[in-house]
Amino acid sequence: MTQSESLKRTPLFDLHRELGAKIVPFAGYEMPVQYPAGIIAEHLHTRGAAGLFDVSHMGQIRIEADEFDDAAKALERLVPGDIRGLQPGRMRYTQFTNPAGGILDDLMAARLGEQLLLVVNASRKEADAAHLRAQLTGHARIEELPERALIAMQGPAAAAVIARFDPRSDAMGFMSIAELSIDGVPCIASRSGYTGEDGFEISMLAEEAEKIARLLLAQPEVKPIGLGARDSLRLEAGLCLYGHDIDETTTPVEAGLTWSIGKRRRTGGDFLGAPLILEQMAQGPLRKRVGILPEGRAPARENTDIIDAKGGLIGKVTSGGFGPTVGGPICMGYVDRINSGEGTELALLVRGTPRPARVTPMPFVPHRYKRS
Amino acid sequence: MGTVKFTDEHEWIRLEGDIATVGITDYAQNQLGDVVYVELPKPGQKVEKGTQAAVVESVKAASEVFAPVTGEVVEANQALVDEPATVNADPMGRGWFMKLRLADKSQLDGLMDEAGYKKFVEGLH
Repeated sequence: MTQSESLKRTPLFDLHRELGAKIVPFAGYEMPVQYPAGIIAEHLHTRGAAGLFDVSHMGQIRIEADEFDDAAKALERLVPGDIRGLQPGRMRYTQFTNPAGGILDDLMAARLGEQLLLVVNASRKEADAAHLRAQLTGHARIEELPERALIAMQGPAAAAVIARFDPRSDAMGFMSIAELSIDGVPCIASRSGYTGEDGFEISMLAEEAEKIARLLLAQPEVKPIGLGARDSLRLEAGLCLYGHDIDETTTPVEAGLTWSIGKRRRTGGDFLGAPLILEQMAQGPLRKRVGILPEGRAPARENTDIIDAKGGLIGKVTSGGFGPTVGGPICMGYVDRINSGEGTELALLVRGTPRPARVTPMPFVPHRYKRS
Repeated sequence: MGTVKFTDEHEWIRLEGDIATVGITDYAQNQLGDVVYVELPKPGQKVEKGTQAAVVESVKAASEVFAPVTGEVVEANQALVDEPATVNADPMGRGWFMKLRLADKSQLDGLMDEAGYKKFVEGLH
């Protein structure tokens, strides 16, 4: 069996090909890494106008229960986020943790009416579903939604584009979710994304996805954006990529995601890995994820060694590359807590040569989310 | 214009006298995507055929540029350091990487000519 035969395709695969995308394997799918415009142009277009991303490879899951609170209670055993506190139409970012406090995946959890909807990473969706099936107690059941596609519309013009089809989208605040109708197609849209820009992530039945994508791409502000720019955009926004910046060996506290741990959850200790996570919150973690700005132009890639002024190894880069909006190299990685302070001078060992860099607050490019 | 030869690592070499100008091909720049960083050898440096002579990085990844022949670097294209995107815009022209004084011209004999390289690239699809 060749690689392409074993890889899955999203409902937009033919459209990507038609648009001239360069297709690469990603998380078991054949995905567009870039279109003819190229990663830098796509990145800058998203920050300047609006970009359309096919994120149909991501996992969409519904947790079913008689009432929302039953589903939320069941999920809360597996995540440190405040799920029971979600008001209708609201969503949160959280993580599946393991008993050692490590991260099994990061996800969005949303309350649409009485439904609890999750969006998880493509590379983890089977594992997440198995984890949920094994761990969910009470009357909560999980339903995977492979029949649904997911399209992200991101950038300063995204709101105007979506409002053109359904003006109800205008009233949606950051991290809210609602049912919209786009050209008669029922959609579930959230005001969220992975770029640091205002925008929406829109779920619809797979058979409607191409029609919606074509309609959105026909808008003058919109261009298709591949995974390459998706990665550079999220890196500039300081957002974690699962399997790189966070994984089973990193905790939410080390990863700087303590903000996503619900206040009520900090005292309960009733989620997987809580003892270690709560202790780290009290004591401070031994290492922390930080933003690092290299001096000069040489990018420092994932796995680059980070050394201190004396040449001692203090950590590793977990994501690194070129930030088109920053106009230079940027990276993030884990360093010992004593070296994690803003402005700390360190060096990155790029091809054996130490190159000066410093700890920098993230995001590298200010977030421009919708303010309610 | 001297003879242009090509390697299976997607480099081109243009020989004029005993000076060889080296760069990456249009196919290579297209595969890399937007070039954002170039690291070049210093004049006077000796490079061995098949060893790393330069580094070219796109948004996505870093790649090595191997010396297609053994020789001494007589000049590196400093303009690429300030404008790495020149590699994308004009790979066979202003996007050259380095000029080498050849130790042994016969090392060019095993390399592909333009027609041979074209065939080689077509075979990659």
